[in-house]
Order: sequence, then structure tokens, then C-alpha cells
Amino acid sequence: MLARSPQAAIQRLFDEVGSVDQVGIEERVAKYGTRSIKKAAKLWGLKTAVSMVDLTTLEGKDTPGKVASLCQKALRPHDDPAIPQVAAVCVYPAMVRHARRALGSDTAVRIASVATAFPSGQAPLKTRLAEVKAAVADGADEIDMVINRGAFLAGEFGLMQDEIAAVMQACGSATLKVILEVSELETYDNIRAASFLAMRVIRPGDFIKTSTGKTSLNATLGNNQVMLEAIRDFYLDTGTSIAMKPAGGIRTAKQALTFLVAVKETLGDAWLNNARYRFGASSLLNDLLRQLEKESTGAYQAPYYFSEAAESY
Amino acid sequence: MPALTAAKKSSRPAARSVPHAPELIFGDLWEFDPAPETAEPKLKSRYDLFINGQFVAPKGGKYFDSNNPANEQKLAEIALASPADVDAAYAAAQRAYEGVWGKMPGRERAKYLFRIARLLQDRAREFAVAETLDGGKPIKESRDFDVPMAAAHFFYHAGWADKLDYVAPGRRVAPLGVVGQVIPWNFPLLMCAWKLAPALAMGNTVVLKPAETTSITALKLAEVFQDAGLPPGVVNFVTGAGEIGAAVMNHPTPAKIAFTGSTEVGKIIMRGLAGTDKKMTMELGGKAANIVFDDAPLDQAVEGIINGIFFNQGHVCCAGSRLLVQESIAEKVLAKLKTRIRTLRVGDPMDKNTDIGAINSREQLDRITALVAAGVKEGNALYQPSCKLPAKGFYFRPTIFSGVSMSSRIAREEIFGPVLSVLTFRTVDEAIEKANNTAYGLSAGVWTDKGSRILKMSTELKAGVVWANTYNKFDPTSPFGGYKESGFGREGGRQGLLDYCKLV
Amino acid sequence: MSRLPITKTPKVYVGGAFIRSESARVYPLKDAAGEFYANIPQCTRKDLRNAVEAAAKAGPGWAKRTAYNRGQILYRLGEMIEARAGEMSGALILGGATPTAAAREVAASVDRLIYYAGWTDKYEQVLGNVNPVAAPYFNFTVTEPMGIIGVIAPDSAPLLALISLVAPAITSGNTVVALASTTQPYPAILLGEMLATSDLPGGVVNLLTGFRKEMIPTFATHTHLRALSGVVNAEERKNLALGAADSVKRTHLLKTEDKHDWFADTAQSVYAIRETLEFKTTWHPVGA
Repeated sequence: MLARSPQAAIQRLFDEVGSVDQVGIEERVAKYGTRSIKKAAKLWGLKTAVSMVDLTTLEGKDTPGKVASLCQKALRPHDDPAIPQVAAVCVYPAMVRHARRALGSDTAVRIASVATAFPSGQAPLKTRLAEVKAAVADGADEIDMVINRGAFLAGEFGLMQDEIAAVMQACGSATLKVILEVSELETYDNIRAASFLAMRVIRPGDFIKTSTGKTSLNATLGNNQVMLEAIRDFYLDTGTSIAMKPAGGIRTAKQALTFLVAVKETLGDAWLNNARYRFGASSLLNDLLRQLEKESTGAYQAPYYFSEAAESY
Repeated sequence: MPALTAAKKSSRPAARSVPHAPELIFGDLWEFDPAPETAEPKLKSRYDLFINGQFVAPKGGKYFDSNNPANEQKLAEIALASPADVDAAYAAAQRAYEGVWGKMPGRERAKYLFRIARLLQDRAREFAVAETLDGGKPIKESRDFDVPMAAAHFFYHAGWADKLDYVAPGRRVAPLGVVGQVIPWNFPLLMCAWKLAPALAMGNTVVLKPAETTSITALKLAEVFQDAGLPPGVVNFVTGAGEIGAAVMNHPTPAKIAFTGSTEVGKIIMRGLAGTDKKMTMELGGKAANIVFDDAPLDQAVEGIINGIFFNQGHVCCAGSRLLVQESIAEKVLAKLKTRIRTLRVGDPMDKNTDIGAINSREQLDRITALVAAGVKEGNALYQPSCKLPAKGFYFRPTIFSGVSMSSRIAREEIFGPVLSVLTFRTVDEAIEKANNTAYGLSAGVWTDKGSRILKMSTELKAGVVWANTYNKFDPTSPFGGYKESGFGREGGRQGLLDYCKLV
Repeated sequence: MSRLPITKTPKVYVGGAFIRSESARVYPLKDAAGEFYANIPQCTRKDLRNAVEAAAKAGPGWAKRTAYNRGQILYRLGEMIEARAGEMSGALILGGATPTAAAREVAASVDRLIYYAGWTDKYEQVLGNVNPVAAPYFNFTVTEPMGIIGVIAPDSAPLLALISLVAPAITSGNTVVALASTTQPYPAILLGEMLATSDLPGGVVNLLTGFRKEMIPTFATHTHLRALSGVVNAEERKNLALGAADSVKRTHLLKTEDKHDWFADTAQSVYAIRETLEFKTTWHPVGA
């Protein structure tokens, strides 16, 4: 009986993919924060971070107008032409067609959409798949889905993986990002195990992603590291490159640089680009721009110099 | 601008059809610019002896150079003490013990030690820079570990000074008198604090000799003592090489000797003191086993192995220099280690991003080089990353030997450098046997997810410190010291205090 | 015609067996009146080596006994001596003690054993620590026996001093190789017989008789002995310390010339147990 229990299934999965020591990994990532990034390295890091942003708005009050201005920001974050466009805009499915209209079809900025009854995922599979198909039909290049956390925690890994596979089918050629919602998985062991379950289903170049941004705890250096290490181990084992997207909670340029140091020292140069690494964020972009401006002018910048700034003080 | 995507030729390799084994690229796509620490170390060009609260010229009038091992440049001149200076230092310590410190109420002694901790914290960055310049350790270690930990030792022991009734339940304690101490070059300031703080808290006075190559931060600490108003003679520093160390150890005045250094020198000191009434604390060498079981959290184990052997260039008596890996995961762990070691940054210790700094002296570099050559000659497989080393100064690449046998020299001798020997085992008993098969017994590491196995290993390993699912952790509250030929006595915590008092 | 009594051949107690010296040498023991009493084994360095090996064999098992069990065994040893107090007093009288003094020493010896029997499951609570380190780790310091302890007993109080040196060592799970008083070895011979009936596993306490001059150099240099305790003169003390340096042995050597009141309360202490202990500190992360 025990062998078929959910607990036994979880235990077998842990045995297979290995465990994570919480204190150890948190000490490891604390060291990333001590890296001192100066001058040219800082400029490169800030620009690369800009190019990795999935500029996001996921609010009930989103309107076509708000999405349109976000798209303008995505296309041209700053007057300085040396500053790259962001990787994508990330919106609700209902906003995809407005984003497509704002961006046009001849653009490198991609449209990502959080389908699958985001953020809870608590809708019938049929509904979730229909939502994915609609978003893709409206012009989404990328789909950010949520996993069935309930299935994972109950040890029903087959169900969880089948749903990911079904969503991937529904995506067609769109890139898939699988949100683990790390705060609901709670432990690093679970995050590592769920990463492997997802990676075994998805295609090269698809993403695993930390969070929806809708719960108390989002991307941290710790859970980012767990997922980077899972991607590394999976790559070295199978040759398949999975991409990574931390989302939520990354608000400052300094944080973004530290996350990039983690990428550099865990996965290496091949992941230091926006096909392999993204930041799901809204306010991060402006802080990156502030710091870039500061690097070029030498003066610290007031936030209201930058468009779409939330701060009004 | 999709350029960042398009520019990467390897951005989307075809899945499951890779011709070669997948490999990670740790190249120069994002090279960090130099990030030198710029704080002023406030060095004097010449450092005299610190005796009776004053800096005094050595009676012989001689000085020697203290050099920066990172670039071989002279930092300062250090006074060369003579036996007459050692006599003067002990005389001052004796006067201070009898006249002031030994009879001062504990709560007053405590205040001096608290003050020292605070003043050291104030000048932390300055001390960190001085420590790195003089010893070659990476600035991030002196900044984040050595200096704050030194201050923490004074702070912790300060609070004991008026609570000594709780040190030995059922008995009262009294200071021993004057204590002679000799410390090594691997943690110059921290060892100084580690030795002084418990001795002073207990009411002893001290004559201490720093290591020849790393005297500067001790003498800067003397400045702190002056600023703190520490009564003259409570702490005296004499500087010089081994002969002066011997003079400090063999002097008739001290009631106790505390030594940290090699087992070889420790034995010489013990012979020198044979037949005397002096108490001793010996903190000697080690050849620690770091044992990794197949159920361990592997990435954290790899971090622990790296931290265990490459912390402070491996100049650590408790370094995890023998890695014992369970056979079933040996290949995997070795592969992970090799990947990890490629991202270690070796170079200028003053750069904030340097992970491995300079070897402390040419002499030590020669010793490491010779032992590694012996390891190669014995037929062990050597791995070193291809990192660039600075042209000047003493540097050594992080080194891993695999397939090492227990009888190999590199598995038995303390190398005191960034050199790891990897051995394998199959069962718990075999791991214990191999770990304990050494005359040393300072520390050990264990990595496993199984709680009962951790406690079993911790019980069976003959070592004074056992790090389970971690390595190289230190704290003023945590006793440190060895079994067997790694020495005796403990430093830190309540145990450490007991070694600086007598029961009355 | 009166019956000729059967005299006992004194043998030393090593590895749980009663043996003669491997050298087959003996020295005569005379009673207080100067009359021949018996031949005492004159043990050699090889006997010491064999005793160390017996101790090494017994050590792991003894250290693994529960503290409660070690306490009961020490108590049982007290019972054995108490039950044969008269015989033991006789051994002391043989060496010149008055009957009153002999009875007093035997009683004090039994009391000393009872004192340490009570410590076996308590010293750890007094000497060990949990240490509040400034990081997310559980950190604790426990004590462990050092291993094999060499004991050199004085001539004064030949029973009480021997027991005062041996008992704290075995309380924590150490094993002992002891050299009894040269001039008054007979109480140690008898003690061996009592040890044999006390449930103490063979090899935990090994008692040798013989001459100091012959044995001390080996006590000094045998590297498997982890610590030395005893009462010695200045020259012996220096030689033992010199030998101890070669393998970094711990030494706790009292001076013959100092007066030691083995009857005093201060002659027994948890700190005597501490002197044959190592301290081990274990760190473990606290996380989920």
C-alpha cells in the first residue's frame, strides 16, 4: 500500500532528483550579493537585464489603453538607442489582441500571456486549454501557465505532467513557460522536484518560472538557484536547454544584477540572454533605466524622469 | 533589439541529438571589471614592539620586512624582538597581573573587552584591508569573516568576565596569571582575538607573538588597546620568527602556554615544557575527512567541499582536505566539483570578487608545489582549472586529486593549501575507518539527508568539531579544538574559558 | 597435625584474565614484619603492551554501554569490595596499616566508587553545552572518552589512590592500564579479583604490578595511550611529559612531593572526570 501512496511517490521522486539543504543554498546565494559589478560589467549587466524583462501588467483594472502604453515602453524603454527593447510584454489573455495591435506584427518584442486560469489554475482543463488557444489565436507568442499544485502536493505527478503536455499541445509554436508557484510548494525540495517534472515534458527553449506574483513570496535568489541548478543538471544529463524566468519581487537593478551573477556562475554564458533567461517584472525596468542613466551622467536620477513610473512622490 | 538573442549561436541547440556531451560555458561574455577595495589600511612604515602599553624599539635595534604576498612588495618594517625584549614583556605582564588586571572586578574587565570589540568594529574595513595586504587572503574573507569574527570573540568573552561563577559548576575559578601565546599566519587577527579574549576575560595577562609574516594587524590591535585605555602590560606583543616564539614558550614566567600551529612545532614546545608546571593548550594540524553519502544534498555538499578546502587558500588547520565520497556518486560529485571550481576567481586578494587570494609566503607556496608534485608522481589524477594567475606574487590554482588512496602522501600529510584529495568508500563503516585512520583529529564533515546517520557519524568520528551538512563554520560560543595529535584544550565557548583558569 | 593452608599465587588482572608476567619474573612481597608473603608479578613493557591491547579491545564496547549501565557496574564494584572489606583490609594491614586505618581506607574506596557511579549519567549534563551560534545552526558540545588512559598509582593509600585515579576515567567509558604501587601491590591484586566479579567487562581496567623504572618509559612512549594520570616524582614527570609530546598525549600528573589527602572531599570531582574527556562540537543547519 505504502508504495502507491502519494507520500511514497514524492519520496521516490526526491530520491531520484536529490534534495536541497535550505541553509546551505541560502548561504550560497548570499555570496552572489557580494559580487561587485562595476563600470563596463555593470553597463553590460544592466542592458542585458533590460533585454530580459517581460514587462508585465496583470491587474483587474488593466485596459487597452494601459496595455498600449506598456507596449510603447517595451518597444522604446528610453530615448537612448543603445538601450535595448525588452523581451516581451506580459498580459492577461483578454489583453493579447490589444497588445498585438499596439506592437504590430513586425516586432522583436514578444507577447506573453498568462493563460490557464491564472493565477490559481482552478478551472476545468478544457477551459484552461481553450484559454490558451484563444490567447495564441489573438497573437500571443508565449504562454505562461500555472501547474496544478494540488496534483503535485498529492503526489499525482502523472496528472500534473499530462496537463503540462496538454497545454504545450495547445500552444502550438508558442513558447511555454511553466509557473511552479514556488510559494505554494513551500520547500526547496519540492521546487527542485517540480522543476524536473516540468522539464521532462516541455521542449527545449521552453521555460520554467518561479511564480505568478500573486502570492506572498515570489522569486528569491534561493528558489531561483534551486531552479537554475535543476536546469543545469537536466541539461548536463539530457542535452536539453530549458530557460528560466524568475517573476515577482525583483524590483531593483541591484537585485537583477545579483540574479544574473547566479546565472553566470551556475549555468554559464549560454544562459546570459533573453532566450534563456527572463525577468517577470513591472517596476524593475525603470530602476534599470535609472541606473543606466546614472552610469552615463554620473548623477542619481529621480524616478519621475522615467515613463510609466508608479512613484509620484 | 533582439540582438542579444540572435547573437547567441548556441541559444537553441537541437534536443537529444548533441554530438558531444553537453558542457557549460564559463567564458568571458560578462567579464567583471576589477573591483579593488579602496579603504585606507593606515599602515605605519615601521612597527615597534608593544610592551607595557607602549610601542618600544627592540633592544637589538633590528627590524625585518613584512611583505604583501600578492605582489611581493614591502608593507612595513617589523621590530625583531630579542630574548631581552621577551623578558621585558613578561615583566610588564607580571606587573599588570599583580597590580591591576588580576584583581580588577570582572565587571570592569568586561567593560574594557566590550570597548575593544566596539573599537574594532569601528575600524573594521581598515583592519580588513590591512589583513588582506599582509596575509594575502581575499578581501571578502577578511571583511566578512576574520574581522567581524575577531570583534565577536571580544564581545562574547567580555560578557563572561563578571559571570565566572558559572564557568565551573560546583567550584570557583581563578586566573592562572601570565599567559604566553604564539599564533600562526593563517588568521592573524582572528587568532589573536581568539587567544586573547578568553585569557583576558578570566583575568590573566598576556605576552603574545604573532606569526613572522603577519604581525601587522596584531600591532594595529595594540592601537585599539591604547584607544580603549587597556591598562599597560595587560597585553604585550613581541614580534619575530621561531626563535622568539621559542623564547615566549620557554620563558619561566608564564603559568600557561597556548599555541596554535603545526603538530611538529607543538611537539617541540611540549618537549620544551616537559617537567614544568605550565598548563598548555595546543591547537595543532589536521587532515580532515569530509564525507559525502549518496543521499546528500549534492549541490550544497559541493559548496561545502569548496568552502572546506578553498577557504583562505586552504590555509586552515581544519580544512576538509580529504574528500570521502560514496562510490555510487563519486563520478557525479567529481563532475560537479570540476564545474564549480571553474567559476572560482583566483587573483588579487584586494579585488572584492576574488575567491582565492595569494598563498601566504614563498616558503608555503614551495611546500604546496612540492606536495602536489609528489601527488602527481604517485599517479593520482590531477585537475586544475585553466584560470589566469597574476604574474607577480604567490598563487596556486585550486587543485583536485582524484582516485587517491589512503596511503598516498597527499592523503596523509597536511598540505595547508588549496589542494583536495578525493577518495571513495562504500559503506558507513568504511567511511568511519578511513576518516579516523589518521593521527590527526581536529574536524570532520558529514553530508547526508538521514538524521540518524548524522548522529552515528558524529559519535564515531574522532574529531573535535563535526560539521554535518555544512563545513568551516565558527562562532565564539562554539568550542574548537582537536583529538589525538591535533592537540588538546578547547577555544571558544564555556569549554575554552575553563582552559584559562584554575579551580579553587 | 594441623592442616597446611593453601596460599594464593598473586596474579595480575589483564584483559579479564589473571596472568603472570610474560617474562615469568616475580619479586617477593614481604609483610609488615618482614616475612615473605608471596611472589608478585614483575610486569614488563611487553605486559604493558598486551594490557593496552586488551584495553583497546574492550574500549569501544565499554564506551557504548549506556551511562545508566556503567553506573550500575561501578556501583556493583562498590558492592563487591564492601562485601570483601575484611579481606581488603587485610591486604592493607599487610602493608603496615593499622586495622582502623585499613578499614577506613576500604570504606573510603567504596564510597569513592559510589560517588562516581552516580556521576555516569550526569557529568554530561554538567560539562556539555548547547551553544547559541549566530547563524541558523543547531550547535552542541558533548563529551567523549579519550580512549586508553595510563595510570600510575602512588605508594600512599595504595587502594584509595588507585581507585581515585581509575574510577573517574572509567566513569565516562575510558579504559585504563594502571601500574599499582610497587611497595604495596597486594590491594591491587585483590582489587583485580573484585573487578572480575563486578560485571565490569574484561579489559576495561587492567592492573599491572612491577617496577616503575621498568614501566614508565613505556607508559611515556606508547602512542596508543591517549592520556596519563598518576602521582610521580620530578624525574618521572619529566620523562612522561617528554614521551607524551611525541604523540601529543594529555598528562595530568601529580607530584609525589606534594601532600595528597585522598580522603578529602576535594579528591573526588566531576573535573577529574573531565580530565579524561574530549569535547566534540557538532554543527547542523536548521532548515526545512
